[in-house]
Amino acid sequence: MTAYIVRRLLGLVPVLIGVTLLIFFLTRIIPGDPAIAMLGERAAPNLVERLRADLGLDRPLFFNTAEYRETGRFGDLFDSQYFDYMGGMLRGDLGRSILTLVPITQSLLHRFPATLELTLAAMLLAVAIGIPAGMWAALRRGTLADTSVMLVAIAGVSFPVFWLGIILIYVFAVVLGWLPPSGRLSVSTSIQPITGMYVLDGLLAGNFKGALNAARHLVLPALALGTIPLAIVVRMTRSAMLEVLGQDYVRTARAKGLSELKVVRKHSLRNALLPVVTVIGLSFGSLLSGAILTETVFSWPGIGRWVYDGIAARDYPIIQGGVIFVATLFVFVNLLVDLSYTLIDPRIQYA
Amino acid sequence: MDAAATAQNGLEGTSRKRGNDLVRRFFRHPTGVLGLAIVAFLVLVSLLAPVLKPYDARRDRDLRARLSPPSAERWFGADELGRDNFTRVLHGGRISLRAGLIAVAFAVVIGTLLGLIAGYVGGWLDTVIVWLVDILLAFPGILLAIAIVATLGPNLTNALIAIAITQVPIYTRIVRSVVMQVRQSEYVQAVRALGSGSIRVVLKHVLPNSLAPLIVQLTLSIGTAILDVAALGFLGLGAQPPAPEWGLMIRDGFSQFLRAPWMSIFPGIAIFLAVVGFNLLGDAIRDILDPRLRNL
Repeated sequence: MTAYIVRRLLGLVPVLIGVTLLIFFLTRIIPGDPAIAMLGERAAPNLVERLRADLGLDRPLFFNTAEYRETGRFGDLFDSQYFDYMGGMLRGDLGRSILTLVPITQSLLHRFPATLELTLAAMLLAVAIGIPAGMWAALRRGTLADTSVMLVAIAGVSFPVFWLGIILIYVFAVVLGWLPPSGRLSVSTSIQPITGMYVLDGLLAGNFKGALNAARHLVLPALALGTIPLAIVVRMTRSAMLEVLGQDYVRTARAKGLSELKVVRKHSLRNALLPVVTVIGLSFGSLLSGAILTETVFSWPGIGRWVYDGIAARDYPIIQGGVIFVATLFVFVNLLVDLSYTLIDPRIQYA
Repeated sequence: MDAAATAQNGLEGTSRKRGNDLVRRFFRHPTGVLGLAIVAFLVLVSLLAPVLKPYDARRDRDLRARLSPPSAERWFGADELGRDNFTRVLHGGRISLRAGLIAVAFAVVIGTLLGLIAGYVGGWLDTVIVWLVDILLAFPGILLAIAIVATLGPNLTNALIAIAITQVPIYTRIVRSVVMQVRQSEYVQAVRALGSGSIRVVLKHVLPNSLAPLIVQLTLSIGTAILDVAALGFLGLGAQPPAPEWGLMIRDGFSQFLRAPWMSIFPGIAIFLAVVGFNLLGDAIRDILDPRLRNL
C-alpha cells in the first residue's frame, strides 16, 4: 500500500509541472503589458521600464541562454522567470499581487477557509439529501416517485449555477426575507477566527449566536453550489443500489427473512457506496470551479471571487497562484478518492 | 446475381434493419423523445428568429419601455435600455446553440485526431499526448477556460476556443482507449496480417467502434458547452455587449434584479431548457447505443 501511494505521488509530479508550465505560459502571453496596465497608457517609457525590471518582466521566460553563453556556468541557464517562480513555490512563495503587493500565499491562506467552508457545506447537502433520495428511488423502481426523483436529478445538472444563485437570492432573501443575500456574517456579528470556517469557529468558541449567523449566510450559496453534485449523487446512488439489489447475496439475505431495513443497511448500502464515493470525490472539482461563479454572485470572500477580481484587474500573480492552487488541490483530492477505495472495498488490493 | 453481391446485399439489409431498430427503440424512450422535442423546438425557433422577431442589436432601444415588466405586448418585459427581452432571448438561442455546436465540433475533431495518433503511433508521442491530457484534466470544470480567456482576451471567439480546449481530453481518452482495444482484437490482427494498411484499419474498424461512445459524449458535451458559454458570458469573459447572449443578459439582469427580475429569469430558463434538452437526448442515446454505460 505504501509503495502504491509513493508511486502515485511520484506520478503526480509531471502533471503538476505541466500545470505550472501551462499557467506560466498563459499568464505571460496576456495581451497588454502588466506594467502599462498598472501605470496607464501614457506613462513615461523609462518608468515602465523600471517597473518591468522591478517585476522581473524583462528577464528571460524559461532559459537564460544569454547569461549561460557569457558565463559558461550551467546553473545560469536557469536564471529565468519560470525557474525563479518554481523555486519560490517550493519555498511557499508565490510572489505578490501587482496591485496590492500582498503576498499571494498570504491571501490564499486567508481566503481558502471561506471556499472550503462553502464547498464542504455544498457537499454535505449533496450527500445528506442525495444518498437517501437515490436509495428511495431505487427501492421504488419504476414508480412515479422514482421517475420524479430522476427527472429532478436530470434538471439539477442543467441549471446554470450563477442563475440559480440569483433566483435563490431573489426568492429567499428579497421576497421572503428569510436569509441574508450575501457575505459571510452580518455587520453586527463578529467571530474570532480559529480555522477561518466561521460556523465551526463559532461553535468551537461557544459563540452560538455567531455560528447561527454564519450558518444562515451559508445556506443559499451552499444550495446553489450543491445542486449539481446533489443531482449526480442521486443518480449514482440509485443506479448503484439497483445493481446491488439485483445481486444473489441480497436475494439470499431476503430469503433468510431479514428485515428490509437490514437488507438495505447491512448488505446493500456499503456495496453500493463505492461508485458513490467516486462521484462525490469527482464532484469536488465541479464544486471548486463552481465556487468562482457562486462566490461572485454571493460576494463570498473566497478564492473564486479573488481570482475573478484578479482577472478583472489583470493581476497575473493572483490568476497564476489561484489557478495553480486549485488545480493542485483537485489533483490531490482525486488521488485521495482513489485511495479511499481500499477502505470501503477490501477486495481491491494495490500491488 | 453472384454470391458476393448477394452477401453484400444481405449485409446492407441487416445494417439498415439495425438502424431502424435503434430509431424505434429511441422513440420508445419517453425522456429521450422529450429531449429531442426540446432541442428541435429550440433549433427551429432560433432558425426562425429573424422572421419571427427581426432584431438589430444596435437599434432596438426604446427608452419609454425601460424596465417594463412582462405584458401582453412584451412577453418577457424589457431591460434598462428598453430592449425587448423576448426578442433578445429568442436571438440569444442563435448565439448559444451555434457556440455550443462549434466548440464541441472542434473538440471532437482535435480530440479524435490526438487519440488516434496516441493509440496508433504509440511510443513517445503517446506519452506526450497522455501527459497533455492529464494536465488539461487537472483543471476542474470551467477553471481552465477562465484562465485561457483571461489570457487571450474576453470575447465570444476566444470563449469558444477555450471551451473547445477543455473538452479535447475527453475525446482523446475515448478514442485512444478504443484504438488500444481494437488493436489487440484478433480480427484486426487478422486483417493486418492480410495486409490492410493502418488507414484502412482506422477507417473500417477503429472509427466505427468509437462511434457509439463519441455520439453519446458529443450530445452531453453540447449541454456542458452551452452552460460554459453562458458562465463565461456572465463573468464578462465571453460574448460582449450588445450581443444578446444569455449569460451576458443574466449579468446585466443581476445588477437590476431588485427592480427587474425578469431580465435574468427568462434567459436562465432558456439556458436550462437547452441544456436539459441535450442532456435528456444524450442519456437516451447512451441507454440505446451502449447499455453498459448506463450506470455512469
